[in-house]
Amino acid sequence: MKLPYYPGCTLKKNAKNFEISAMAAAKHLGIELIELPRWNCCGAVSSLTSDDVMHHVAAIRNLVRVQQMNDDGILENEYRLIVLCSMCFNVLKRSNMLVTSNASMLNTINSFMDTEPDYEGTVEVKHFLEILRDEIGFERLKNAVRNPLKGLKISPYYGCTLLRPKEIGIDDAESPSIMENLIEALGGDVADNPYKSLCCGSYHTVGNAEVVAQRTYKIIEGARRNGADVIITSCPLCAFNLDNRQALTEKLYPGFKRMPILYFTQLMALAFGYEKEAGFDGNFINPIPLLEEKGLIGMKVQK
Amino acid sequence: MSNVIHIEEEENELLAKVEEISGETVTLCEQCGICTTSCPMAEEMDFTPAGIMHAVKLGDKNVLDSKAIWICASCFTCTVRCPRGIDLAKVTEALRQIHLRKNKDHVNLEEVKEEEQEENLPPIALVSALRKFTG
Repeated sequence: MKLPYYPGCTLKKNAKNFEISAMAAAKHLGIELIELPRWNCCGAVSSLTSDDVMHHVAAIRNLVRVQQMNDDGILENEYRLIVLCSMCFNVLKRSNMLVTSNASMLNTINSFMDTEPDYEGTVEVKHFLEILRDEIGFERLKNAVRNPLKGLKISPYYGCTLLRPKEIGIDDAESPSIMENLIEALGGDVADNPYKSLCCGSYHTVGNAEVVAQRTYKIIEGARRNGADVIITSCPLCAFNLDNRQALTEKLYPGFKRMPILYFTQLMALAFGYEKEAGFDGNFINPIPLLEEKGLIGMKVQK
Repeated sequence: MSNVIHIEEEENELLAKVEEISGETVTLCEQCGICTTSCPMAEEMDFTPAGIMHAVKLGDKNVLDSKAIWICASCFTCTVRCPRGIDLAKVTEALRQIHLRKNKDHVNLEEVKEEEQEENLPPIALVSALRKFTG
């Protein structure tokens, strides 16, 4: 199955291991993610005002690329755009929803992008997790595991943009289960966290890192008190805040112990037997000692 | 003894402006406080989320000078929980926009530049902060 894929800026810089591990995991499941040609930054956050059209142009231009891939024969009638980054997913989906329910807005954007083909409203923005749940299914996913994550207590962290607002979210806004189901399919143990969808402080990491570190503490301690060894996420900004900001958290909270933060795709790659592609050397808090202790890496995987 | 409060709608410029920019009906708010109890940033705020709604309804322009409107990070927790169906994230966005549309940035770009180099900030952090804090 060939699916068009939107990476977004951070997957090409700080979160390269998110992209590489996702590619390996997808391939193992028979999915080829094809990067959009000439994609551009989506804007990272949506404009929330009723009168702003301009800030949706960047998102919509990316959706035009999906149409072009179909027109050029790179894709065959495939209009589902796969996104890994939760924030990009939220932004692209919101802009798509706005223009597909507002003909005059779509018309304005199409007129503005006068060197591009018109966007026809045909694209469906999907998070990669939705494809795993709805297209592959957790049973098939379980059967694809070669190296079950036995004994690893994994805590899902959803953050905001995968779940909210409701019309954009991929799961129940208050009681999600998609990451829990994924963890179980990979053979890991779920460690719940009452703060799994508490905002990490987001962009306040620029200029107000302390506010972020306070939330980092709360979120990580919430997971730890439920027995977690590691937290998984699908947002590169949450990952930066939960992972890199532990250096500051440590200073603010004496006695705080570091916990590795991983992209969910890194654990998929590991469970599918692609240790190298999992990119564990790319995380700020080194997860390798933990994974070695659990006997999950450095072992020969049975093929 | 009778206390009569005169509320003249046409005088509430703030409410009119916020409702226009946000597209939300702020007057639907009944001050139940679910937004405040749900807000992960409430402890950092000088106006609570319910307090912001109250101030806008009353036309209290002090809310425009609050720290609260900038600390709201649009996490949408209040939005999904509001029993009146108000998208409060759009209300705080409107309050920020009242400043930003006058070209008053809420960030020092020189400081951000230094921080970016020192801390290897991801593009997603920089782009979102600049989108929220500059006009």
